[in-house]
Amino acid sequence: MLEAVFHDPIALGVAQAAVAAVVAIGVVLFARSRGINLVGDLLISMARGISQIVVVGLILAVLLKWPWWTSPALLIVMIAAAGKTSSRRAKQFPGALPVSLYAIGLGAGATIAVMTASGVIEHTAASLVPIGSMLIASAMNANALAFDRFRSEVESHVGEIEAALALGAATHVTVSPYSQGALRAALIPPVDNLRSLGIVWIPGMMAGMVLSGTSPLYASIYQFVVLAMIFVSASLTCMISTHLMQRRAFTSAEQLVPELSASKP
Amino acid sequence: MLSEVTGNAQPIAIRAEHLTREIGGRAIVRDMSFEVGRGELLAIVGPSGSGKSSLLRLINRLDEPTSGTVYLDGQDYREIAPRELRCRAGMVMQRAFLFPGTVASNVRFGPLQRGERLSDDDVEKLLAQVDLAGFGARTVERLSGGEAQRVSIARSLANRPEVLLMDEPTSALDEELARQVEQVILDVLRSRELTCLFVTHNRTQARRIADRVLTVVAGAAVGIGKPEELVDA
Repeated sequence: MLEAVFHDPIALGVAQAAVAAVVAIGVVLFARSRGINLVGDLLISMARGISQIVVVGLILAVLLKWPWWTSPALLIVMIAAAGKTSSRRAKQFPGALPVSLYAIGLGAGATIAVMTASGVIEHTAASLVPIGSMLIASAMNANALAFDRFRSEVESHVGEIEAALALGAATHVTVSPYSQGALRAALIPPVDNLRSLGIVWIPGMMAGMVLSGTSPLYASIYQFVVLAMIFVSASLTCMISTHLMQRRAFTSAEQLVPELSASKP
Repeated sequence: MLSEVTGNAQPIAIRAEHLTREIGGRAIVRDMSFEVGRGELLAIVGPSGSGKSSLLRLINRLDEPTSGTVYLDGQDYREIAPRELRCRAGMVMQRAFLFPGTVASNVRFGPLQRGERLSDDDVEKLLAQVDLAGFGARTVERLSGGEAQRVSIARSLANRPEVLLMDEPTSALDEELARQVEQVILDVLRSRELTCLFVTHNRTQARRIADRVLTVVAGAAVGIGKPEELVDA
């Protein structure tokens, strides 16, 4: 219906975005009538989302004309933003920002580098930036989940941790069940995505490839490749971040940091 | 100047010097100095929130003092690796906080951290000391509160500590169980000639078990003396 009115692709996109926004606002207004007020959050999120993605679209339009090696600069900016976003989930966890930056930088960065070097990701901005951003985003989400889980597990097991410390245990021994639990919890979404691929959902990327004329068989195989890379990126990131969280949870005198201990301010 | 011996002329096992811990500008332990002789049982009494448990946490170095220090057998505890210090000054907490698994695996936990595996005989001897002979294979979920607390005492003893720091070890138990656990503690302390700092809010218990009593109010030590000198608040 909209295609009949809007022939210019940009105007069509704006009209489609407007319809999606109106429907989303309708849903939150309905939620408000049930006592759940999300209107403010949604309006801010939609304004941020549309402006961010449009800026990225404009940058991509420019980048596509530049050589492939300019893409890493954009990916580094994305990693910095992902680290910042992810660390907010950690609230007052000591050193959350550097831990997130190291973990996402190394986890997602190494995955992108290896996959690009091996030719799984094409050496073009059109491939590197969107696929790289997917790997960074999954690393960011997994890292945030790991932080959230680790912090809540430690806070609810302070007694057990301090009992083990008081018996002369090394710091990493006292929290290893909780960092392992955090790692497992953070990897549930990428594992479930792999498991349910094609049965529960057909990811947007595959749909996009098919719509743009790629063979459905190749599109489906490549979608598996992308989800496998997402799993690798999230796993590496969380392994690094949980290892760093274990270290940051204690002082040099092997005490739980005040933010996590029984005697927190 | 602090003397080198306690009033009983025993060698000093623990000496706290101007121990202070502040959180957010508020002193929860304030300039505490005292000595505990080897083999002595010092009860620490005071109202809830007075800083008794915080004091024990400082001595076990689970928390860091803002100023002051502790000497363990004459050695500044900041010069002792935290893990070694915590083995030498074992701590029994108000709740047992047993680890999932069997009673024996809990008793073995401390020595295992140093690569030492206690034999079944060693575990059984430790359990017998806390009146739990034959409990080794039992899982911790099947223990009563009093049994769990006795396992936590055996678990601390497995590290062969010089000093035991006990943070209200009987307060979570009913009166009958509390008396049983208290008797086990006294038997263990006497048989091993252990030094003990025993936090309790129960003045009657302090009078009953202690060699001396340190009274703490609002984070500060307000008196130290014989149990019979302790007056009810």
